Amino acid sequence: MQQLVAYTVIGLTTGAIYALASSGLVVTYVTSGVFNIAHGAIGMIAAFSYWQVRFDWGWPAPIALVAILGILCPTLGLAIDRVALRGLAQATEVTRLTATVALMAAFIGTAAWIWPPENRQPFRGFFDGNNVNIFGVNVGWNKIIALIAAIIVALGLRVLLYGTRLGIQMRAVVDDRNLAELNGARPSRIASASWALGASLAGLAGILLAAEVQLNIVPLTLLVINAYAAAIFGRLKSLPLTFIGAMALGLTEAYLLWGQGESWFPKTVSGFSTSGLRQATPTIFLFILLLLLPQAKLRAGAARLRERSVIPQWNTAILGAVVLVVSSIAVTGMLTRSNTIYLVQALIMALAVVSLVPLTGYAGLVSLAPLTFAGIGAVLMSKMPGDGNVLSLIAVVAIVALIGALIALPALRLEGIYLALATGAFALLVSILVFNQGKIFSNGVAEVPPLRIPGVDLSQPRPKAIFLSIAFAIVGLGLVALRRSSLGRRLVAMKDSPLAGATLGMNLVRTKVLAFAISAAIASLAGALDAGKVAPDNYVFDRSLPILLLAIVGGIGSIGGAFFGGMLLGSNAVLASIVPSLSKVTQVMPGLIGLSMGRNPNGASHQVATAFRPVTQHPQSLVIALGGVGALWLLTFLDIISNWGFFAALVVWGLGIVPNLPALANTTGRPRMLCLSIAAAGIGLASFFDDVFDAAPTGGRLLAVIILFVAVGNAIRRVHTPAKPTNKSSPDLVGLVAFTAEELSKSDRDIKVVL
Amino acid sequence: MTALLEVRSVAVRFGGVMALSGVNLDVQEGTITGLIGPNGAGKTTLFNVICGIRQPTSGVILFDDKEINRIPTQKRSSLGIGRTFQRLELFTTLSVFDNVLVAAELAGVDNPHEVAKEQLLLLGLSNLASTIAGELPTGSARLLEVARALAGHPRLLLLDEPASGLDDAETQQLAQLLRRLKSLSITVLLVEHDMSLIMSVCDQIHVLNLGSVIASGTTDQIQHNPDVIDAYLGAAR
Repeated sequence: MQQLVAYTVIGLTTGAIYALASSGLVVTYVTSGVFNIAHGAIGMIAAFSYWQVRFDWGWPAPIALVAILGILCPTLGLAIDRVALRGLAQATEVTRLTATVALMAAFIGTAAWIWPPENRQPFRGFFDGNNVNIFGVNVGWNKIIALIAAIIVALGLRVLLYGTRLGIQMRAVVDDRNLAELNGARPSRIASASWALGASLAGLAGILLAAEVQLNIVPLTLLVINAYAAAIFGRLKSLPLTFIGAMALGLTEAYLLWGQGESWFPKTVSGFSTSGLRQATPTIFLFILLLLLPQAKLRAGAARLRERSVIPQWNTAILGAVVLVVSSIAVTGMLTRSNTIYLVQALIMALAVVSLVPLTGYAGLVSLAPLTFAGIGAVLMSKMPGDGNVLSLIAVVAIVALIGALIALPALRLEGIYLALATGAFALLVSILVFNQGKIFSNGVAEVPPLRIPGVDLSQPRPKAIFLSIAFAIVGLGLVALRRSSLGRRLVAMKDSPLAGATLGMNLVRTKVLAFAISAAIASLAGALDAGKVAPDNYVFDRSLPILLLAIVGGIGSIGGAFFGGMLLGSNAVLASIVPSLSKVTQVMPGLIGLSMGRNPNGASHQVATAFRPVTQHPQSLVIALGGVGALWLLTFLDIISNWGFFAALVVWGLGIVPNLPALANTTGRPRMLCLSIAAAGIGLASFFDDVFDAAPTGGRLLAVIILFVAVGNAIRRVHTPAKPTNKSSPDLVGLVAFTAEELSKSDRDIKVVL
Repeated sequence: MTALLEVRSVAVRFGGVMALSGVNLDVQEGTITGLIGPNGAGKTTLFNVICGIRQPTSGVILFDDKEINRIPTQKRSSLGIGRTFQRLELFTTLSVFDNVLVAAELAGVDNPHEVAKEQLLLLGLSNLASTIAGELPTGSARLLEVARALAGHPRLLLLDEPASGLDDAETQQLAQLLRRLKSLSITVLLVEHDMSLIMSVCDQIHVLNLGSVIASGTTDQIQHNPDVIDAYLGAAR
């Protein structure tokens, strides 16, 4: 009996913390329509900040609480709403979801940067050490405060939503955003208020949870999963149901904890340890709830797309494939062994990123589990008989495609965010319950055999890198063929308007399952071809997030963009390992890059493609561009410039100068001479890079190369085309952004509007 | 003449609101039938019921004398039901040509490229074939919706306000097209607010108000029906 009371109290208090977190999530979702994946990360930041002011600086608890929950969190919420998400109001759900994924990645990076693990001291709960006796069970004050806080918040939200003007406006915005706006509510202001409120609730939950689980970035960030599970119990709408869901979840966890301590509880099930079960409870809970949700209704209103999809052309695709393979042969000949290994990792990442092209880019479905499929591929390959036989690889790819289809099948009845969450839950489940098993990764590693191809030793980095670039080229060409096929058109059509697709005879479930299977098959290559020792850590959920981010940033739907994203992830690892001081920056980088999406939803590769289009249409420039590359190669071959010099000069030439060639052809006189001298100086500086940056570490050199090519490119452009004011397209429907505040208020006065 | 589509006592309830209650109407094969009524009368809801996007709370839909209530949306197109949408549902990131091509491919026609070309020609959209559908002006976008629906060679074409957003010349062109469809013995059910278009092309008209059919008849009969005048103009008598 005493145990029952004890575990029930534990369950209810844990549930109370989940309830706080999930009510914040629901409040922001319903008023702003953005499903905030970074919700747990805000709580995590709040917990760390609270620790900082309360325990490191010794502020009294009440002041610390006011500072964090009253100032820091609301500011953070407002900043997210104003800076990161405002520009995305008209973007697709995928893009908005990804923006919050970026936030989450940025917060995780920031926390790891500011609060390195070695400096953390214990986090003590409120009135630590004092207990209250309830039915003979000692209960800590932190738990009691959590319960009280949950009750106060529940009542407070009730009063806010039904008794105050702000609350009524919030509910009006939920019901009909446009109508509420016409009646004088300001949806954007209301959204800001709810972001501030949501962030504070996340912060409170984070602080209370930190007292129970201590300061750990990932568990605190994953509080979001528990919050989701409860929020989905309330269908992302009903706060009372959300609270009930949170309590049910807390109690389930607590009773499972109780059970695991008892002798009757099975320690293993057919060789699989059950120790991860409690940790996986929220995820299982979430997964089951998602499967129980009713079939998504077909809804009218096609996505208001800002993203565009360009059909890849065969000639550019084949040219790209050849250039990739040839340059990987050339480049690997010059790289050191350790740098070749980095290139191998970057190519593996590129394969993982490109797996999202058919799924997210074409079909518009978000997966948070690309690396999970890669991990399953690696595990299967290591267990498969045949020791690297090509037939084993084919079998692995087929099995993973099948798993992808099977996992997707129940989840596919869902739409948008629910589907994304289901894939996230699947990724976490596989991480906790499968990859952590000794049976799967013995001693934490699995040995993936290299593919056996006669005459080639793929266990060596250089052949492996070349082989992977060939694999990427083949996958890329396959995707081009897919996009140009009838199935490819159907995938895009489904993304644009499932409703129209269905009325024209499209079987939506079958089409989605196919997209998932294709994506899983490609992702499995990123595991199965990664010969050598691999650890489950390579395939954890939070590593899949940067993959998604960079796929979107690179320009989802574009194969070149995926390659670019993979290389960026790879270069991150180079920077992090070689320049420890830069490693902090690289942790935050994917997140920051992801946030840049608000300005450029078509992705970076689209910008690059736009920059190069004139060159491909100007034969002379194309010849000069290729000639320049040949000349640099020759200089390197003759040992006149070093390998680093070659790399730097190639980047400056290719990215800085070549895009300007067609314009230069039309420039005459002094400007032309000036441009040519800038170009010559840039190339010269780059070629003798080693002499200039004698002792600089790799990271510093990369940075210098980037600065150099940007500087040279911009300088030349400025000379031949003086800067002119750009006509930015406005993100809002009526184009009000194009007007200045004075113009607007004048027009308001003219038409006698009183605001 | 036989009825290609029969709607029998169809009712649809949204929560406490009856969007449709006891709707009965026939669409005769080879005719252009108009479906008119004030906004909110339930016209689009009826379209959604006919193509399976929404299940009726009660009632039966017969197509070619067979009950189709249980047939899922995507299979109704192969029976020969095609439609356009009042709120445009184009494949906005595909080209104009690909929009029609996808439809032809989904319908399983023998030579989808040829069919797509024909439809664009028919609707006068050939010169826009490579434009991205999302960048079309409203008028062309409406016509593209029609072209896409026609690519599946439907027997019954449901047009949901095809003339809204069209200028006079485009509306004339649409009227011509509708007569052409009739000559190709494609049956059309037309929802439209443009009364001159309705009156000039329709053989038969049904008037829907507040979820019920308040009048059915020829253009002449409808124009002089007091209930219809009432519903449209309020109690003017």
